[in-house]
Amino acid sequence: MTTVSDIFDTMDYGPAPESAAEAFAWLDTHHRAFGQFIDGGFTPAGAPFDSRNPATGEVLAQIGQASAEDVEAAVTAARKAQPKWARLSGHQRAKYLYALARLVQKHARLFAVLETLDNGKPIRESRDIDIPLVARHFYYHAGMAQLQEAELPDREALGVCGQIVPWNFPLLMLAWKIAPAIAMGNTVVLKPAEYTSLTALLFAEICTEAGLPKGVVNIVTGDGAVGEMIVGHPGIDKIAFTGSTEVGRKIRAATAGTGKALTLELGGKSPYIVFEDADLDSAVEGLVDAIWFNQGQVCCAGSRLIVQEGVAERFYAKLKARMDGLRIGDPLDKCIDVGAVVDPVQLQTIARMVDEGAEGGEVYRAAAPLPETGCYYPPTLITGLHPSSRLMQEEIFGPVLVATTFRTPDEAVSLANNTRYGLAATVWTENVNLALDIAPKLVAGVVWVNATNLFDAAAGFGGVRESGFGREGGWEGLRAYTRPNGKPKPLKPVSAIPAPAKAEVDALDRTAKLYVGGKQARPDGGYSRAIWSPKGKLLGHAGLANRKDVRNAVEAATGAAGWAKTTGHLRAQILYYIGENLSARASEFATRLREMTGATPAQAKEEVEASVSRFFTYAAWADKFDGAAKGVPLRGIALAMNEPVGVIGALCPDEAPLLGLVSCMAPAIAMGNRVVAVASEPFPLAATDFYQVLDTSDVPGGVVNILTGSHAELAPALAGHLGVDAVWSFSSSDISGVIEREAAGNLKRTWVNHGQTTDWPTAEGREFLEAATEVKTVWVPYGE
Amino acid sequence: MQTDIPTGLAQLPQVHEARNPGLPLDLDWVRAVQANTSAIERRAATLPGRRSVKKAYQAAWLLKAVTLIDLTTLSGDDTPGRVRRLCAKARQPVRQDILDALGMGPITTGAVCVYHEMVPTAVAALHGTGIPVAAVSTGFPAGLSPYHLRVAEIGESVAAGASEIDIVISRRHVLTGNWQALYDEMAEFRAACGPAHVKAILATGELGTLRNVARASLVCMMAGADFIKTSTGKESVNATLPVSLTMIRAIREYFQRTGYRVGYKPAGGISKAKDAVTYLTLLKDELGTRWLQPDLFRFGASSLLGDIERQLEHHVTGHYSASYRHPMG
Repeated sequence: MTTVSDIFDTMDYGPAPESAAEAFAWLDTHHRAFGQFIDGGFTPAGAPFDSRNPATGEVLAQIGQASAEDVEAAVTAARKAQPKWARLSGHQRAKYLYALARLVQKHARLFAVLETLDNGKPIRESRDIDIPLVARHFYYHAGMAQLQEAELPDREALGVCGQIVPWNFPLLMLAWKIAPAIAMGNTVVLKPAEYTSLTALLFAEICTEAGLPKGVVNIVTGDGAVGEMIVGHPGIDKIAFTGSTEVGRKIRAATAGTGKALTLELGGKSPYIVFEDADLDSAVEGLVDAIWFNQGQVCCAGSRLIVQEGVAERFYAKLKARMDGLRIGDPLDKCIDVGAVVDPVQLQTIARMVDEGAEGGEVYRAAAPLPETGCYYPPTLITGLHPSSRLMQEEIFGPVLVATTFRTPDEAVSLANNTRYGLAATVWTENVNLALDIAPKLVAGVVWVNATNLFDAAAGFGGVRESGFGREGGWEGLRAYTRPNGKPKPLKPVSAIPAPAKAEVDALDRTAKLYVGGKQARPDGGYSRAIWSPKGKLLGHAGLANRKDVRNAVEAATGAAGWAKTTGHLRAQILYYIGENLSARASEFATRLREMTGATPAQAKEEVEASVSRFFTYAAWADKFDGAAKGVPLRGIALAMNEPVGVIGALCPDEAPLLGLVSCMAPAIAMGNRVVAVASEPFPLAATDFYQVLDTSDVPGGVVNILTGSHAELAPALAGHLGVDAVWSFSSSDISGVIEREAAGNLKRTWVNHGQTTDWPTAEGREFLEAATEVKTVWVPYGE
Repeated sequence: MQTDIPTGLAQLPQVHEARNPGLPLDLDWVRAVQANTSAIERRAATLPGRRSVKKAYQAAWLLKAVTLIDLTTLSGDDTPGRVRRLCAKARQPVRQDILDALGMGPITTGAVCVYHEMVPTAVAALHGTGIPVAAVSTGFPAGLSPYHLRVAEIGESVAAGASEIDIVISRRHVLTGNWQALYDEMAEFRAACGPAHVKAILATGELGTLRNVARASLVCMMAGADFIKTSTGKESVNATLPVSLTMIRAIREYFQRTGYRVGYKPAGGISKAKDAVTYLTLLKDELGTRWLQPDLFRFGASSLLGDIERQLEHHVTGHYSASYRHPMG
């Protein structure tokens, strides 16, 4: 027995355990066995698997593996409940969300202890971070429900949402999914991760306490097979997934062509950049919150330290000293920093990756002792690695930090962006000029300046590149759970005019080429197709682009990256100028449209005028699609900056040869994107005429590239191109599925019509601008 | 060991450690110091949630805190009687029956801290206890009396038997970035202290920014401060965790570069047992356990002891205590 007098001399920390009695009592009320939460009640427990405490290996409860019938019943309940739920006023839904927020607060400690028991994260984190953020998310979205009618009159709920959440923040990810979904009038079928279902089941219970109408929230439990059933269920309108990039890719492919909306929040290898003028002690402390938060099992963990060479050794020395002060142990202990890894399988994965990948690096492990049993991995730093090291590229998802050095700000940015991921990034410097210069250059959905892992319901969270797409939180997060009002109609295929029996041919050859990098280019394959008027007149030939032309166009677009850095004012001037030059040739374009499509003179004139107007619209928007400064509960600002997506491939509508091209091109370039536009397949000549307008309008080469040819052939090449950041399709060819499937390669964003019509005369504005931008949230806490 | 100090004063740093001799003023180092306020505040705000001591550990830590208190009276109405009562409390800060129940031997506070006029009374009252007497000095609290008088005041207090001198720096030197002037002043104060050890009061509540706090801390250490101390207790903002973290990190950096340990004294505003434990965890985590001894750490506090006594009695009896059950100081 350690005496007071002994401790007085050693001044050691002792055990400070949080009691688990209440959580165990709650489990006992369910006889430690759970069924599925469907249509407002629990089904009998059945087909159980064990849910264990990773810190001890002890079985906490039996969780049910949902059957196909369970999933069916859950979807049916959600489907049945949805119309009535959506018809409630925003205020009525707000009251339910408010009740959920209050109940989370009232049961805060029970949730926190249960989460820690189930997941292994330190009680400090579940108590001080996870659960308060859960409550905050429901409060915030209660407000969104309240404001929905006034602020989002043009959007409506998607329907039934299938939501699959990971084990690292079980209840927090549930909140991020459920709160916005039900706020907007959707109903949900949510599957927690098999390791960590308990807090979701407790949440199900508080849904009952809140009087939530049955069927609005359904929780089904089980492994990936249950997730697959949700993803594949035809009665679900939207899938929201948070988890690994590998599974995200499968979900992208599995939902391709089904018309299901999809948002993915996936992995990361987020850079943590430390400049030499940083407050190094604070930057070291930030790393504790970056990579040793939740044992490093955080998708946005600052796992890749990039430190300026001149201070690297000093920084590493400080970091190692700090690591030695970390306390690792019983997650319920209120005096530990690092708890247990979620499961023995994850522990093995971490250990294997480090054992195999640390070659060439110097491995330093925290000197703190590990408990003898349970899933523990020591906080680890690996220095001396290079971008070519596997551990610098692959997500470890454990308490392992890898480090390299840089010389200049530009090199820091290059190193930071040298990754397939793009979730988060951290920058430490005391120089505001440097911080605000670097933040926009980092390819990431979230950037923290002189801080890390800050989250709030008001600030969008989500990634770019292979970290997924879609945002959670803020106004931008509501896009993932709403769609424009109205019921779209099926789009009829539009065919090219067949060759006439008796051709009328001009003596003078009219050759339309492709337009790549600001120059006319012959199609690589050397094939072209004759374009006939309905009256049998040969209007010219259009090249048949192939995958190599796609490659060349994407290369040209990639090379025109400087366009993204131009000012909105400059882009506006150029867009106005394009409109002016198009207007100057209005009658020529009208004739072209008339001859190609058989439109009446009035119709043709109208399409040209609408196209001119559309350039004016996006010229107007170019310097007005503002970001936002979010009201986050912190002394600081969270800036939501609208950044261009990058290189957008657009398969333009067939039925509106000029207006459709302009409707895709103009918003994209207005926001700073570069475009590879594939012209209307049956009527390509308005687009090929158009490059002369571009040539005379000061559009830099490569910003707009125009291909002609088969949509079905070009769509997979564009969607599969790993250098393309987004693909849009309004084609009348049946290519939405192939685009979504091929997009799984680099998880590029897609916006496809699923065979539905678009009303081109009115199709402009925010919907297009939002598709043309990614919201980057830049957190800048301040204070001197 | 350089000492004319009476033996038995275990609280004094130079008994255990080589005394910080100071360094030539290194302005490159001073100007390179950074302190990111929001990050420091976040660390300070989350610390109480990251560390907790319970049961026997809590009792032991609170007893340790008692031994780190500079029991202080700095009032215009101080009298010899008042000071003797305080000194009696310093000798027996915790009721004997509580110490017995905890299995602890005798403890005393770290020091007694008074104005110059009260030094002889305190020295006499503490004779034979080994408890040092600290005197606030140099025109405390504003530090704006004639410079030669401020230097002379130190000598008077040392001559009267004070073995610790709490000096106040000229805030204007910090606020105008006149680091040379601050260095020279501190170095002269240190020299005037002779064998008595010197605590530099930065009056952090008047320095404007944490960056200034960090730089002033460093300059005072370079000029030979044995301790750096937050406040006089008379400013509107006294010791805070962010300020403490900033000063502690400066001490750590100084130790890492020079090998000399400088002590830390937060003063003013620490009145709860729980706060005292938080400060100790801050010290332990940022600087190391070595700093949790009276030669390197003190609380400047007057009402903290009362709260600790009540907590200790609660630990022993399982019942919440009342202030009148503990002898007043």
